[in-house]
Amino acid sequence: MKQAHAYTLYRPKWYRKRVSTWWWAQQWRSFKFILRELSSIAVGYVGAMLLWMIWSLIQGPESYANFLAWLKSPLIIVMSLIAFGFVLYHSITWFNLAPKAMPVRVGGKRLPEWMVAAPNYVAWIVVSAVVIWFVIGGK
Amino acid sequence: MAETIRLDVARYRPEQEGEPTFQSYEVPLRKEWVVLDALNHIKDKVDGSLSYRWSCRMGVCGSCGMMVNGEPKLTCATFLTHYAPGPIKVEPLRYFPIVRDLVVEITDFMAKLKSVKPWIVREDEKLVSEGEYLQTPAQLDQFKQFSMCINCLCCYAACPVVGLDQHFIGPAAIALAQRYNLDSRDQGNEERLDMLSQHEGIWGCTFNGECSKACPKNVDPAGAIQQYKIKAVTEWFKSVLMPWGKGGTK
Amino acid sequence: MAKRSNEPFLWSLFSSGGMIAALMFPILLFLFGLAFPLGWLEAPGYGSLLALVRHPLTRLVLFGLCSLPLFHGAHRFRFTLYDGLQIKHLNELIAVFCYGSAIAGTILAAYLLWIIP
Repeated sequence: MKQAHAYTLYRPKWYRKRVSTWWWAQQWRSFKFILRELSSIAVGYVGAMLLWMIWSLIQGPESYANFLAWLKSPLIIVMSLIAFGFVLYHSITWFNLAPKAMPVRVGGKRLPEWMVAAPNYVAWIVVSAVVIWFVIGGK
Repeated sequence: MAETIRLDVARYRPEQEGEPTFQSYEVPLRKEWVVLDALNHIKDKVDGSLSYRWSCRMGVCGSCGMMVNGEPKLTCATFLTHYAPGPIKVEPLRYFPIVRDLVVEITDFMAKLKSVKPWIVREDEKLVSEGEYLQTPAQLDQFKQFSMCINCLCCYAACPVVGLDQHFIGPAAIALAQRYNLDSRDQGNEERLDMLSQHEGIWGCTFNGECSKACPKNVDPAGAIQQYKIKAVTEWFKSVLMPWGKGGTK
Repeated sequence: MAKRSNEPFLWSLFSSGGMIAALMFPILLFLFGLAFPLGWLEAPGYGSLLALVRHPLTRLVLFGLCSLPLFHGAHRFRFTLYDGLQIKHLNELIAVFCYGSAIAGTILAAYLLWIIP
């Protein structure tokens, strides 16, 4: 799309305002949006943590103990806490927006949004339970 | 004495000033008055030089979209009492170039809208004697929501991506493309896909959902765009995995 | 087809990764980032965790966990940089940085999961 509208006699001067670099800080709604987008960093953090966990497991018991000790350092705990908030926020926004992206129709009628979102939350609980069971119960 | 409310109206007179300024007007605060009534009152009784667009005053024509206290609104459906005791800030729709006062330049939008072919595209036209293209209520229901769009451009003024990327085709145009894509009588899916699957088409959208919140007709352009992304992804995989098939759209 | 954009492919990685991250990352981060280090729960021992990770199915799940969400994050972060800082003119550089990290993570994950003893 090219914008190629020349100025004409009757539109002598248009006024166009540039969007501020800090547009997302000026309204709570846009700020929430940018927080949602920044959850991408927390997602990367968890990915890196998992990779390191696997790496330490390959290296042997000592390395794994180091990994657990590293997790205990105050800085990492604070970072994990912040990242946890972000990934939670990601999950909630993700599940709530899913019905908009994938409307489900039953018998020609569109299901209400909560009925499409609800299975996501059920799946979330089930998956979380399975993960806990495998990680802790497998001892 | 009747109560009044103050309107701070953006003025831009290109032959006089380099950038918009605000002018304040006191108007009667009446229960049944909307912002557009107040503007009409100003134009008739106070200051005839104020310029703005309006037509039907009943939420059908889509001409009177403006920013009211920073939110894109149809001024014919926005009551003064909602903002009492005021003042109410009235500005032209955000992100569009301003021509004069509250009037914005929308040629660019018209070009974008046209580029997605918002009309029924047929490969084979039936003869009139063969009758109409029939449609069941369920088929109508597929696209009816998206057909409610009145091109008021409130969604453009709400969308940060529109402000950041002038080439982004924008919410209403995509929702209207989807309105025809989902129409059982239409065969233009593939032609629209070429336009919409560019970066400036649907992929620029980051799904912040502002367009749907701003829409006075509950069209949900954000939903339309996401649904179209899923469709474009399936078409893409079809065309990559089965390059021999012409990718049976629809 | 006029010009084929690769955005659909990137978006499919973004959305599948987003789903995986939404379902599994909160609980994983809760366990490893908070519950174990703070002593709310006892961390799994080396032997049992290795046994779990070694299983072919777990390897597959872990590969999914360590690659798709990285692409999700990369894609979203790319747009965050565009929109939040208005640096679209650095398009290529940002794309290489974001997707490059995700590709590197994916390759690393594949390698690590392959060599688990």
